[in-house]
Amino acid sequence: MIDSVIVVGAGIVGAACAEALAAAGVAVRVIERGRPGGGATGAAMGHVLVLDDSEAQLALSRLSRDLWDARRAELPAAVERDECGTIWVAADDREMAAARAKHEWLGARGVESEILDDATLYGHEPNLCPGLAGGLRIAADSVVYPPCAVRWLLERAAARGAVIEEATPVRGVLDGAVELEDGAGRARRVEADAVIVAAGIDTPRLVDLPGLVVRPKKGHLAITDRVPGFVRHQLVELGYLKSAHGAERTSVAFNAQPRATGQVLLGSSRQLDDDDPRVEPEILARMVRRGLEYLPGLAEVPVVRVWVGFRPSTGDNLPVIGPVPGRARLWLATGHEGVGIATSLATARLVADQLLGRSPPIDPAPYLPARLSSPAPDTAPS
Amino acid sequence: MHETVTLTLDGETVTVPAGITVAAALVNRPVHRPVIRGVDRTLERTLERNADRARLAIRTSVTGAPRGPLCGMGICFECRATIDGRVHVRTCMTLCRDGMEVVSGV
Amino acid sequence: MCEERAEVLVVGAGPAGLAAAAAACESGAEVLVVDENAAAGGQIWRAHRGAGVRPETRALLERARRARLLSGAVVFDAALPAARPHRLRALVAEGGPAERIAERVAEGSAEQSAEQIVELVAERVVVATGATELFLPFPGWTLPGVLGVGGLQAMVEGGMDVRDRRVVIAGSGPLLLAVAASLRSAGARVLGVFEQAPRGAVVGVGLTLARHPRKLAQAGALLARLASVSRSYSSWPLRAEGDGAGGGGFLRRVILRTGARDRALDCDLLACAFGLVPATRLAALLGCTIEHAVDRGARARRVVVDELQRTTIDGVLCAGEPTGIGGVDLALAEGAVAGHAAAGDLDRARAAVPRSRRERRFAAALERAFALRSELRDLPADDTVVCRCEDVTWGAIRTWRDGRQAKLETRCGMGPCQGRVCGVALEALLGWPLETPRPPLIPVPFHALADTTSETRIGPPCRPNSGATSAEARGWLEARPEGHFKAR
Repeated sequence: MIDSVIVVGAGIVGAACAEALAAAGVAVRVIERGRPGGGATGAAMGHVLVLDDSEAQLALSRLSRDLWDARRAELPAAVERDECGTIWVAADDREMAAARAKHEWLGARGVESEILDDATLYGHEPNLCPGLAGGLRIAADSVVYPPCAVRWLLERAAARGAVIEEATPVRGVLDGAVELEDGAGRARRVEADAVIVAAGIDTPRLVDLPGLVVRPKKGHLAITDRVPGFVRHQLVELGYLKSAHGAERTSVAFNAQPRATGQVLLGSSRQLDDDDPRVEPEILARMVRRGLEYLPGLAEVPVVRVWVGFRPSTGDNLPVIGPVPGRARLWLATGHEGVGIATSLATARLVADQLLGRSPPIDPAPYLPARLSSPAPDTAPS
Repeated sequence: MHETVTLTLDGETVTVPAGITVAAALVNRPVHRPVIRGVDRTLERTLERNADRARLAIRTSVTGAPRGPLCGMGICFECRATIDGRVHVRTCMTLCRDGMEVVSGV
Repeated sequence: MCEERAEVLVVGAGPAGLAAAAAACESGAEVLVVDENAAAGGQIWRAHRGAGVRPETRALLERARRARLLSGAVVFDAALPAARPHRLRALVAEGGPAERIAERVAEGSAEQSAEQIVELVAERVVVATGATELFLPFPGWTLPGVLGVGGLQAMVEGGMDVRDRRVVIAGSGPLLLAVAASLRSAGARVLGVFEQAPRGAVVGVGLTLARHPRKLAQAGALLARLASVSRSYSSWPLRAEGDGAGGGGFLRRVILRTGARDRALDCDLLACAFGLVPATRLAALLGCTIEHAVDRGARARRVVVDELQRTTIDGVLCAGEPTGIGGVDLALAEGAVAGHAAAGDLDRARAAVPRSRRERRFAAALERAFALRSELRDLPADDTVVCRCEDVTWGAIRTWRDGRQAKLETRCGMGPCQGRVCGVALEALLGWPLETPRPPLIPVPFHALADTTSETRIGPPCRPNSGATSAEARGWLEARPEGHFKAR
């Protein structure tokens, strides 16, 4: 029986776990070394989407998107939920074929999507560059503003009695306990029936587990001044996944998001194993040039801010969710790479269900830490 | 070098002295008072004053409030307008040029 | 992308920057000056439209005639970590000419050019980015018709017609009286000048002036011009009121408090600002150590320099307001030191130091006199907008513990002003230190971030239409659809 839980990390995943467990009546203590949402979450785009790069990724992202949708009425205005949908943009016939394959694959699994020919694509998004072939529209995808989503989750958790400790660094994590440092540098130990480590790229420092890989994958983002209506959907190039899962250490891919404010958020870039917090002009320029290829009108739109974030990246494109083998009171909920906001609620659901002995709505096996010592083959669509 | 410049402010053609900023041209623009016969002097003066003051508003804030220039030197961004199709241009930092098209209130 | 190389790059063509350029030229260095405005002079020597640059500016331009001046150029990025040779990136505005100062002095005509990026390369950089006004929020301060003090002055210099306008001037600092006189010359009716500092403090400054005869004469002349203008001390604005629904609309009157008495003044314009704060963002981006003496408010933030105006970054010097607010004379003195030092002429730099020390002492006395009173912290109401770009209110902001959290949660400071108005106000009101800025230092169009290649060009100024843009940049420029993006 689980009566108490410690959640290490108040990013979107930690906050979601805290909320789910507190809602179930568990005594929750959240320990955050800085400010809530101050890590990858604060830099994130907040795209809530379904992903089709594997069965496991689809299961997790679809469940999570459904959970976000089910709670849409609860979300405060500050969370800025916008059901703008995603369009995966096909530049040529080859990418159109890939779009059709995605459409069929998703359809066979009950996820709605719509193939767009070029005329329909431009009807939706007139600012796209000419010469594109079409795309795949997933209307039920949405966008949220991550820092306020974290605050909403933590406020709900606190309303159910959760205690949130900010500015509290964690020295170490044990089976059922956490070691903190107090102001004078002395160790303080807090115990609970379970500890959930949702610490993103800080996880390997805290948890020693063979096969556990959580590495920073640096990404650049740029946000414009307000240009309402410039893009209506989140636009992603179909080559996106080539970049995300590719072998190249450094890559860029087109990804543009409309925000409720009318600003356009442009990504994306990937640099594996890079934790340098500086904006790198060369990488940014590559990312911007890619963006300008798809949305040439952006050339004249002012950029107000540029920043970087560090995605917590595992070795096999899936997060790590579940108990650490051999340490039943130590759990992991991390490694969500670039889809943490999207898959946070499903992660929390899996963690809460398993901890409380409930039957989770999807098979938890693909995400378990136990897989790390014996990796399983995975299938993906073409 | 010409003494004056002719440009369009919100669809209206105006001629201004050469060398002034677009912000100055906007706040100086001719006042169009509604002509209403038979009203008393107080109301007429109020209408005059409002039309006059409205010229000081150049943009609309994100919650819909009228805003005018504050800093005059390009740091507050309250004087922004669309110039020749380019959005969010600081009018206090932009000199008027012949043929410019300015759209304010955005 | 064009490249402009020089031995000494001076960022800012106000008094400090031009003094530095002149000194560096006299010490034999090859100098490039860049400034974001269309004409040299900075804020205090702002060129009056149609009348060309001021005599003071002209005199320094003459001494710096061997330098190049690139106007309409705003620095938005730099190669980091900053190391010699320093590489800064500037966006040159459409119509911004690139020419020799010699040409400007002779008032030769300039080529019109398209907006483009220029890479500035120099062994040494003198940061002379000046100051901005400190705007403190109070109810109604966002009404059209409420401007800064220097702000209204700048608008008038830019051509705004203020004839017969009833103007109230409030806030703090020597600028209030100077602008009052200037506005009267422009035909405005100045209803009163309301200084928040106590009369005794300001009179104390007058006594300090006794040791600086030229300044004393200037002050005397100024006061004579303002003999008929009502001046109040220990006075500040409580709120500005409009005549629209709920007091909104456009400015109609100001409520001012003097001691225990409140009064309402109907007016057309309110010029209000509470002194100047150093513009330190470029220096901060370059990694220079910035001192935040937040217990003394935003005006105490400054770039740390040694006696020769050298910052903590090798090859970067700083002169004028960014090293601490001190006015024109200090800026000129520091500029001279920095210019000689940047040119490697340390003997002449050291010889110029005593003058800057004297001016610094006077400036310090001025700052003390015009210290901000605590009542100003209580001016904003919970529904007073503090972040004007994003319409975030005081009530929404003040509940957070630090600036970064407030920014993420409320979006305060995430707008195009990048915190130059709200962030500085919160620095003064809550003691929240400004964050180290990331590029771009000013919002720039995406095309400015797309090109990182540069073509080396040494010597003559860059002529933008001469085919110097990189082939790649031209390629996507040509691929754009018909016309620019049109606003909704």
